[in-house]
Amino acid sequence: MIDIRDLTVAYDDTPVFTDVAVQFNAGKITGIIGPNGAGKSTLIKAVLGLIKSQEGTVTYNDRPFSEVQKKVAYVEQRKELDLNFPINVLDVVITGTYGQLGLFRNPGKKEKLASQEALKQVSLEEFASRQIGNLSGGQLQRVFVARTIVQEADIIIMDEPFVGIDLQSETAIMKIMKQWRDDNKTIIVVHHDLNKVSKYFDDLVIMNHGILDYGPTARVYNAQNIEQAFSSDLSDVLFEEEVGS
Amino acid sequence: MLNSITEFITALGKYDFLQSALLTAVMVGVMSGIIGSFIILRGMSLMGDAISHAVLPGVAIAYMLGINILLGASVFGILAAILIGFVASHSKIKTDTSIGIVFSAFYALGFILISMAESTTNLHHILFGNILAVSDSDIMTTAVVLALVILFVSIFYKELLVTSFDETYAKTYGLKTQVIHYALMLVLTLVTVSALQTVGIILVVAMLITPAATSFLWTDRLSIMLYLSAGVGVVSSVTGLYLSYTFNWASGPAIVLVAAMLFAVSFVVSPKQGFLFKKRTRKTEVEEGLKYETNID
Repeated sequence: MIDIRDLTVAYDDTPVFTDVAVQFNAGKITGIIGPNGAGKSTLIKAVLGLIKSQEGTVTYNDRPFSEVQKKVAYVEQRKELDLNFPINVLDVVITGTYGQLGLFRNPGKKEKLASQEALKQVSLEEFASRQIGNLSGGQLQRVFVARTIVQEADIIIMDEPFVGIDLQSETAIMKIMKQWRDDNKTIIVVHHDLNKVSKYFDDLVIMNHGILDYGPTARVYNAQNIEQAFSSDLSDVLFEEEVGS
Repeated sequence: MLNSITEFITALGKYDFLQSALLTAVMVGVMSGIIGSFIILRGMSLMGDAISHAVLPGVAIAYMLGINILLGASVFGILAAILIGFVASHSKIKTDTSIGIVFSAFYALGFILISMAESTTNLHHILFGNILAVSDSDIMTTAVVLALVILFVSIFYKELLVTSFDETYAKTYGLKTQVIHYALMLVLTLVTVSALQTVGIILVVAMLITPAATSFLWTDRLSIMLYLSAGVGVVSSVTGLYLSYTFNWASGPAIVLVAAMLFAVSFVVSPKQGFLFKKRTRKTEVEEGLKYETNID
């Protein structure tokens, strides 16, 4: 379990959120939702140590998060990458083994096989030697999921994995996330498409400059919370069926 | 033309200074091509320019104290890299501005120090390179730097690759990306000092980025890019040396112009640019029937 306590993050003295406390459970897919600028990406970046937090602690099974860094896999928003980089699909997946290899050990046959196997799981084996810029958004996202597979991480954090990708890729990624859940991994997904929230996530964190509510999706995903985090219009649209029936 | 080439080759057999120049040109071509590849892939061309200028005070002080130039230059190269990083991360000033401030200040300081050392001929050589005056100890130093570059890149190849491609990811699995960054800056400084002899401080950046950019146009794989880039560096250096000897041009500008020509040709004919030949696949969205969605966050 990831336990976040009293976490405060500020950019240039303007706090994004203060004193956030939330838990992420193993064996669950947890979604983080909230309007633009609610601090979703900031929260996971602070957990990952990519940005400094002013206050608070993050632990994983009672150990400081920084000590378990090698067990963490992070799939960031794709737009932040250089897609012209001279690297092909298989080599991107192989970088997933770098963390376990450590310094001075180079990936060999075993790592290559594991990476090819992971590519097969995301149905991209025939794209292995293609330069990454020549993939569609969905294929590229699946490449990063394959990299996450070979990392064999216990904690998997994904930032907007379904943005701009095709349905086939989305389904394939979701299937793998469910496998990870069954392996008792901790999966955290920053998400914006509210339509699929109940279908995709076991637990849900609703943010708006802080945590509005969190817990099992069935309890937390309700008209009142969505109205508070987003707007009453959105809440009406999303929940009117249930109200009507 | 053919005549002058035979003449150049005969001269090579006859004159030691020309042999030394050729050897140095080849070594510098290789090392700057390799390190330059990482510099351009990391979007650090400006940083490469900055470091190469910032070593000047180190060179001057090394002259004054009579110590090895590499030592003096390394100290100032790393100091500049640290200062640039410090200013950028401890203020709201952007990195390119921070680079501009630091490198011009170092360069200015170096200029004054060199003139205090009263060696105007040396200054000219430092600024524009003088490959025809390479000493035996220069060759030794260059060989040591070349060995260091090759060792560094072979030992830390995967770390250099992953931090160049996806630094955030490297951080999340616990890699000390800052250490890799500063190690690369140190190696860059050493390469810069070696390249001083062939192209001079002002044009070092061209040796770092032009061959690398040329090879980038020809390949989609980093390992191949490194070899190609080293090759383009060597061809530029050697051809430039020939031009420099034959027409009595300054070696630095001659080498750099050859590199630029090679780039220009590649720009037109390489498959990646696609002016002449279209690449087989551009994007596969069509195949997949991809829906486009704008990111609302």
